This record gives sequence, C-alpha cells and structure tokens, in this order.
Amino acid sequence: MSSGTAVATPAAAAPPKGKPGLTERARAERKLGWMLCAPAVIVMVAVTAYPVVYAFVLSLQRADLRFPAANKFVGFANYGHVLGAKLWWQDVAHTLIITFFSVALELVLGMALALVMHRAIFGRGTVRAVALIPYGIVTVVAAFSWRYAWEADSGWIPHLLGLKSDPLTKTTSSYAAIIISEVWKTTPFMALLLLAGLAIVPDELHEAAKVDGATTLQRFVRITLPLMKPAILVALLFRTLDAFRIFDTVFIFNQGAHGTETVSILGYNQLLNRLNLGLGSTVSVLIFVLVAIIAAIFIKGFGAAAAPGGVERN
Amino acid sequence: MRKRAVSIAALGLAAMGIAACGSGSGAGRATINLYTFPEPSGSFASAAKDCSAASHGSYKININVLPSAADAQRTNLVRRLAAKDSSIDLMTMDVIWTPEFAAAGWIKQWTGANKAAVTNGVLPGPIKTATWQGKLYAAPFNSNTQLLWYRKDLVPNPPTTWAEMIAQAKKLSPKENKIEIQGAQYEGFTVWFNSLVNSAGGKILSPDGKKVVLGPPAAQAAAVINDLAHSSAADPSLSNEMEDQNRLAFESGTAAFELNYPFVYPSAKTLAPKIFKNMGYALWPGVAPGHAGKGVSIGGSNLGVGAYSKHLPQAFAAAACLRNSKNQIRNANGGGLPPVSGNLYDDPALAKNYPFHQLIKEELANASVRPQTPLYSDVSLAIQKTLSPPGSGNPKTVVKTLTNQIKQALGGSALL
Repeated sequence: MSSGTAVATPAAAAPPKGKPGLTERARAERKLGWMLCAPAVIVMVAVTAYPVVYAFVLSLQRADLRFPAANKFVGFANYGHVLGAKLWWQDVAHTLIITFFSVALELVLGMALALVMHRAIFGRGTVRAVALIPYGIVTVVAAFSWRYAWEADSGWIPHLLGLKSDPLTKTTSSYAAIIISEVWKTTPFMALLLLAGLAIVPDELHEAAKVDGATTLQRFVRITLPLMKPAILVALLFRTLDAFRIFDTVFIFNQGAHGTETVSILGYNQLLNRLNLGLGSTVSVLIFVLVAIIAAIFIKGFGAAAAPGGVERN
Repeated sequence: MRKRAVSIAALGLAAMGIAACGSGSGAGRATINLYTFPEPSGSFASAAKDCSAASHGSYKININVLPSAADAQRTNLVRRLAAKDSSIDLMTMDVIWTPEFAAAGWIKQWTGANKAAVTNGVLPGPIKTATWQGKLYAAPFNSNTQLLWYRKDLVPNPPTTWAEMIAQAKKLSPKENKIEIQGAQYEGFTVWFNSLVNSAGGKILSPDGKKVVLGPPAAQAAAVINDLAHSSAADPSLSNEMEDQNRLAFESGTAAFELNYPFVYPSAKTLAPKIFKNMGYALWPGVAPGHAGKGVSIGGSNLGVGAYSKHLPQAFAAAACLRNSKNQIRNANGGGLPPVSGNLYDDPALAKNYPFHQLIKEELANASVRPQTPLYSDVSLAIQKTLSPPGSGNPKTVVKTLTNQIKQALGGSALL
C-alpha cells in the first residue's frame, strides 16, 4: 500500500506541468499502471461480462442444446413466454417471501449478535469465531442437516414439537424450515457487517449521552442506529441480493415442491433439466434485472448518503 | 563385404519387426473411456478388466465415474456431448435418454453385426428402450422394474390390484399399514404415473411421441393416486418420498407394502433381518383386475457409443463385451442389476440371490416404456409439477390440465 502511493504521487503531480510536458517517466508509469490493471480487467471481462452478454444473446434465440439445427433468432419472444407465464410470477412471489422474512430475521438477530460480539469482554476472538461457524459450512451440507432435522421419521424437530404430520409436506412449514435454515446460516455474515458498523460509533458520544441521562435504549436508537445506517444498508443490500438468488437450500429441501419453487430453481429447470438455453437464459437475465432493481431501490430509496461511508469502511 | 551389408540390413529389419510388434500391443491399443453411473460392488470394474484382457490388445476400458443422481449424470454427459467431446467413447444411459441423445446426434446408431450381437436373445422391453424411430441407438445393458414387496405376517394374500391393496392396508393398524411409493416431485413420480396409466390400458404419448393420448386411463391413474394419498395407508411423508425413503420406512416396520426396485431385498436382508424374514414379493398390482405385473415402467440403462469417439470399432466391441452373459450375471449378483437377456433368467447362478427373478422376467415381458420423445425431460417435468403433491389434483379436471401442460412441454416454448 505505502509503496503504491509512493509510486503514484509523482505521476499525479505531473499534470499541472501541462500535457505535452508528461515526462518519459510519467508516461512509462501510466503504461505500467495499465499493464498492471490489465490482467484483472481481462479476467473480469472473461468471467463476468462475457457470460452476462452471452446469456442476453441466448435469451433472444430459440436455443436448445438438443436441437442445434433448430436454433434461430426470435427477438424478445422468450421474454413474452416467461413474463406471460403464471409460473414466473408465482416463483417471483415465492422468492420475495423467502427473501423478506429471512433478511428481516437476519437483521434483528445479526444486530443482537453484533452487539454481543462488540461488547464481549473476554474471549472476543472465540465468540467471533464460534458465531462464524454456520457461515463457514457449505450451504448444501447445512441444508441437508436441516432437512434431516425436519424429516418426519428421523428428525428431532418434529419429535420435539410433537408434530404428527410431516412439516416438509406442507407449504407454510416448508417455508418456515427453509427460512430458519437460511437465517441460521447467514446471520453471522450479517452480524459481521453490522459489527464493522458498530466499531465506527465513537465511545465518546455514548459517554456524553450517558452523562446527559440517556437510557441504554435511547442511546441505541438515537446514537448507534443513525451512525450505523450506512453499514446497515450495505448489510441489507448484500443479503437481499444474495437471498433473492436462493437455490441450494430449497433444492435440497424439496426441489421446489409444495409451492416453494424460487426463480433460481425455475432457471435451473429450464437450463439444466430441459436444456432449453433460450428460455433458461431469459429467466437468468430477468433475475439479473430484478436484482439490479432491488439494488437501485436500496441505493436511491434509502438515501445516497448511505453509500460513501458504508461501502468504504466495509 | 556384400554379405556383411546384407546381414546388417537383415538385423535392422528384424529390429524394426520387433519394434513394430511392440507398438502393436502397446501404442496401438485404444483407450475406451466409459462414463458410467457409480457401481458400488465393483462389477463394472471387473468386467472392464476382463474385456480389456479378452480384446487381445485391441482396447483397454478406462472407467470414469459419473455422479450418483441420474439427472446429474445426464447434465454431465450432455454438456460434454454438446461440445463434441471426443473423449466419451462409451456411456451408460438411463433408458429415458435414448430419443434425446439420438435426435441430437450424440450417439452412434447400431447396425449389422454389432446390432445383432447386442439384441439376440434380449427381452423386447429393453430393446425398445434403446430404439428410436425404428433404429437401435444403444446396447441394452441392464434392466430394472419394480415389484410389490409386502409383509407376509400382515398380508396373507398379496393384492393384485391397487384398490385391493389400499383396502387391505386400511384394515391394518395405522402403525404398520403404509404403502410405500415414490411421491416426491421428481422422476420417480413420473415412473409411478406411467405405470398406472399403462396398467389401466392407456399411454401418455402416441408411439411417435408427438401427441398426448392420456384419456380415461389417465383419469383412473389419477384416481388411484388420490385414493392412496387420502387414505390412512399414505405415508405422512408421501409427497417427499423417493426410493430410499421408501426402503427405510419398510425396513423400520411402518409399512405393510412397498413398490420398489429389487435393491430393497438385499438391503433388508442385511439391515432389517426381522422384517426380511417376513418379506414377500409379488407382481406390481394392476389398476384393473387381471392386470397385475402389466404395464409396469421399465428402468435400467443402455450403453451408448459417443458420436465423437475416435475409436468407434473398439467402442462397439467393448460395449458388446461389457453386456455379455457372464458380465450380466455378475452385475445382477454383485450390483443387483437385472439382466436384459431372457435366457439368463433361467440361469441357476441368478436364482440364488434373485429368488424373484421369474417375476421380474414376467414384468419385463409386459413392461411399458416411458414416453419416447427427445423432449422427455420436459414431459416428465410437466407431469411431476402438475400432479405434485400426490392427491392435490381434482381427478375430474386433472387429465385436461395435464394434457395441456404436456402439450405445452412438447411445444418447447412454454415455461415449466
């Protein structure tokens, strides 16, 4: 980092002398800068931009791996098929339900966990490490262990609750199981992002408020939360985008049966099950659009002030 | 001088001859890559070794193991084949993939002597699964079909129809009266529905795979599913159950009946000896009286030769060897995979571990093949999603809904 600034400074100082006055050295450094960036840019284009553009191109075609001879350009017909299908909107609704409840619960629990981690007097490192364990477990593995916990014959949850029916065969309880599994898994991530926000709240403010007679709750609502707003927004944004793409947990629980199919599973069915690249890519592109809309709502809707401080500190 | 030159030349030629001989059995030997589902008993590995040795240096079979889930196997193969991967010489194909792989040009047709070698004496059902538009596209490798497994201590006379079975189950204590069947939203559910429709004398698609021909038999099939789902014989987890959950439930003693593949028999023998003592087997019950064991969906796998293989003659030869009588018996005894050759069902080597082998043979002779169309995955997805969870559909309207859904699936442009 320090060597980076040392190199950059003379180059930044050069422009005032006028463009033609760029020294040989400044020009060489600029070139070096581009060359150093190039691998990253090329990799990003190759792994991100290319697939996104290719998916869009495929979404405008009738493209099926099984009938390569029948591939042809169909314009926005696939979008018509997808947006005109009841199934798409049902799955969007399912996904929004899972996203809303899991992110809301994660925010509350994550905040509690962050406060504990922040105020832990002893064993701070241990507390943080322990809290992170669920996040470190592979999602599919976690989903399997939760599914087994919920299973009617062998699971401990139905046994504990004294349930007679199989909770994973009913829509509401399936949602509950999926959401709990998601919350358990990603609350630590939320807590970690919030902890970073908590760390920037100066202790002096709390002490001053305490002197003025503010209660703990008042200090939390009036001092901690407003100062943490950027961190909260970033945490919510990250988790919402992530939760909206939920696939593994639902797939492991019941492949989207019992009205729990999400948009990602819909995309999977078209792409990998039916090998219908056109329809599948259309679903992917639409998921991308929805994710972009969610991000825009968060950034515009909740105040642009949130972005600078929060993002940098995270 | 001249003599010496000749002798040197002769020595040189002799050396070259030896070298040529060496390369004949070494470098000239083709490596046949077989992509197969995992076979835990090691029967395929032994067969590959034996066949390689018996080929007299013509080829060596190299086994590449695919994932255990059938849809993951397909995804794996399809992605490679669509990219014209020449490393796939041979592959085990689920019986439902033939039309899809053949129509896409991913597998080679079997003709002439190759065809005769792998179809002579083979039961008609397995041959049909390897056939698309009248041409053979794979070598029948192993077959499979479900039987009715029941508790002899609870059920003195095994039922021959679904109605009879549900009635018998209802009379038993709810603690041990379940009928175990695959009701989760996956391929197994389509297998069940296809068996019921065929047992009722119907079909899902026309023989050319282009028209939906469900009709009244489909309504009867849907009614059977509804009757079971709404009876006390339905497992509380029915709508999430696959083959293995069925096996576990039967082994735990909660079920009186189980419709499942023969792998449950050796499993119960080792894992649930008490249940095994009373484990009976019978033909899959029919929808209509007198239809027991008729129209049951055929499973198993076929061997396909990759269209982009660089060693086609050796690949055909290796496939033929892998499914010879000796290997079919080994696969049956080791891995529980029923043979495709009819005469093997009379082989004493099979009878020992397969006391129900004659029932399997009888069912295979009257079996039904799931809809043959390159769009099979789409059709199956439409069936599963429309009928799932079992018992949710109104039997009066479900056939109409299902017909529309499958029609859309065949159209290829609707979201499923």
